[in-house]
Amino acid sequence: MTDATANGRRLPNRLDNPFKSAVLSWESLLVLVALGIFIANSFASPYFLNAWSLSDLTFNFTEKGLIALAMALVIISGEIDLSVASIIALASTLMGLALQYGADTPTLAAVGVGVGILCGAFNGFLVTGLKLPSIVVTIGTMSLFRGIAFIILGDQSFKGYPASFSWFGQGYVFWVISFEVVLFLVAAVIFYVLLHRTNFGRRVFAIGNNATAARFSGVRVDRIKFVLFCLTGLMSGIAAILLTARLGSTRPSIAEGFELDVVTMVVLGGVSILGGAGSIIGVVLAALIIGLVTFGLGLLNVPGIVMTIFTGSLLIVVIALPILFRMIRERRA
Amino acid sequence: MNRLLKSRELWLALAILAVIVLVTLRFPRFSQPGNLLTIFNDTSILMMLALGQMAVILTRSIDLSMASNLALTGMLVAMTNAAFPSIPIPLLIAGCVVVGAALGAFNGILVWKLDIPPIVVTLGTLTIFRGLVFVVSGGAWVNAAQMSTDFIQLQRGSFLGLPILSWFAIVVAALVYLLMTRTHWGRAFYAIGVNPTASVYTGINVGRTKFLAFVLSGAISGLCGYLWISRYVIASVEVAGGYELTIVAACVIGGVSIAGGIGTVGGALLGALFLGVVNNALPVIGVSPFWQMAISGAAILLAVVLNARGERSKGRIILKKAEVAA
Repeated sequence: MTDATANGRRLPNRLDNPFKSAVLSWESLLVLVALGIFIANSFASPYFLNAWSLSDLTFNFTEKGLIALAMALVIISGEIDLSVASIIALASTLMGLALQYGADTPTLAAVGVGVGILCGAFNGFLVTGLKLPSIVVTIGTMSLFRGIAFIILGDQSFKGYPASFSWFGQGYVFWVISFEVVLFLVAAVIFYVLLHRTNFGRRVFAIGNNATAARFSGVRVDRIKFVLFCLTGLMSGIAAILLTARLGSTRPSIAEGFELDVVTMVVLGGVSILGGAGSIIGVVLAALIIGLVTFGLGLLNVPGIVMTIFTGSLLIVVIALPILFRMIRERRA
Repeated sequence: MNRLLKSRELWLALAILAVIVLVTLRFPRFSQPGNLLTIFNDTSILMMLALGQMAVILTRSIDLSMASNLALTGMLVAMTNAAFPSIPIPLLIAGCVVVGAALGAFNGILVWKLDIPPIVVTLGTLTIFRGLVFVVSGGAWVNAAQMSTDFIQLQRGSFLGLPILSWFAIVVAALVYLLMTRTHWGRAFYAIGVNPTASVYTGINVGRTKFLAFVLSGAISGLCGYLWISRYVIASVEVAGGYELTIVAACVIGGVSIAGGIGTVGGALLGALFLGVVNNALPVIGVSPFWQMAISGAAILLAVVLNARGERSKGRIILKKAEVAA
C-alpha cells in the first residue's frame, strides 16, 4: 500500500552510545507510559492495587496479545493479517460443533489449533502462491471465515463446554497467576527468541526492509511469509481456545473487532506498519499498556466505548510525538 | 493487456447481469424495473462511500474511519434536528458535509504534516470517532419520533420516477467522475498513486493531494451520515458498525487497486452494486441471510484474484525469469 522506498528509511547508526540509545528507545518510552498509567490507576481507584485486581487485569490483553506476537512478525515482513478475529470465530464455532459430536477436551483443543493453522495456511497460500496483496486477501477471508461461522451457527450459540476445557481460560496455575498469562509469557519468550535470536528472525527483517534484495540474497521470501501466516493462524487458534474457554460459549460474533485492537497493539509496540522494524518487547509492553488503560478506565466506570477513544488517541499520540519531536529538532538544527 | 484493463468494468457488469438473470430464471419478479430500482436505491449510500474510499485508495492510502465518521455526523445531525426542528434540511445537509470534511481533514493533516501511515491514522480515528458518538449522545438513541417529518421524508420524495436518495448517488457519482477525469486535482490522485516520486518532479504536492483525498472521503461520509440516519430512522452508537471494510470491499470488487493508481468511478459503482444485488438476491432465492457474509468474502477473494492478473508489473516478470534461470 505504501511504498517503502518513497518514504526513505533511516538506518541505525551503530556508533551511537548504546546507553543513550537504550534510554531514548521506543521500549523505554513504553515502560514510562506503562508506569505512568499504573501510578495514575493506583491513585484513581482504591481497588486497583490488589493481587486479584492485577490478575484480572491480565485477562484484558492475553488473548489479543498472543495474536499480536505473531502479527508483529507478519507486519515486520511487510504484510498484514486482518482475518485473525474471524479465525477465532471459525475455530470457536468448529470447536463447538465438535463438542456436539461428543469431543473431549484434547480433541477440542486440537480442533481449535488445527482450524487456526488451516485458516492461516489459506491466507498464506493466497498471498504467496497467488501473489495477492495481503490487506485485500485478509479483508476477504475476514468475511469468509466469520461468514462460515454464521452459516453454521446462525443466531444460535454453543454452550456446555466441559470443566477441564474451561480451565484453559479460567484456570490458575499458581495463586493469582492464571494459565492465560503463563501461556502469554511463554509465547512472548518463544517469539522473542524466534525474531531476535534466529536466522529466521533476521530473514523476516530482511524481507520487510527489501523483499527483492532478500530474494536475491537467497532468502525464500514466499516460504517464510507462508510460515508467518500459518503462525498467525496458529496463535489465533490458541486465542480461540482461551477465549471460548473463558466465555464458556460460542457465538458467531465472538471476538468481533479484535483485528484492529491487535494491529493497534503491534503498532503501539513500535513495529513499523511499513515493515522492517520492530521488537517483541515493545509489543509485550504495548499489550500491557492497553490492558492497564482499559482496566483502569473500567475501575473508574468509564464505558467500554469511551475507552476506545483513549486507545485510539494513545495510538495516534504515541506515534505522532516522536515524529513531532524529530521535526522540532530538525528545524532547530 | 490494455483491452483487458479497459473491459474490467464490462466483466463486472456482466457478472451483475448474470446474477440478476440467474435469480430471474426462478423468480421472474426479481428483474422487474421497480425491484431493480429498489436495489439501486438500497445501494446508493454504499456507492457514494465507495467513491470516497476510491479517491483515498488511489493515492496509496486507506480510510478506515469512514463508517465512524458517518456514525458521528449522523448522530450530530439527528440530535440537531431533534433539538431544533425548524432548521431547514438543506442547511443540515450542508452542515453534515462540512463536519464530515472536517473529520476527514483531521485524518488528512496527520497523514500530510506528520507523515503517519494512513492505515495507522484511520485505525485510530475509527475508534475515536465511534467513541465520540457515545460521548455526544450519552449512549442514548435518537428515534423516529424525535426527528422532524422533513428530515425523514426528504430522501423518500421522488423526482423523475427516482427516489431522491438515488439522485444523491447519481449527482455525487457525476461530480466525482468530473473531478477524476476533468480536473488537475483528480488526475493528481492517479499520478501520486502510480508513481509518487515522479509526481513530485512534475510539481504535485503529494502530502496535500492525500489530504484533499481524505477531505473528499470525509465530506462524502458526512453526507452519507445524514442519508443513513434518515433512511433507517435511528441514530445510535452502533450505526454502520464494521461498515468500513464493506466499503473497501466494494472498491476491491470494483477493480480499484489497493496498491494505488488504478481504479475508475464506474468500477467502484459496479463493485458496490454487485454487493447490493447479491445481498438483495439472497433472501429472494431463499438463502438464509447468514450466508451473506461468507458470500461477500468469497466475492472479494474472487475479484482480487481476477484483478491481480491485469496488475502484474513488468518488474515482477523480469524477476520471475531470473528466478527460473537461477
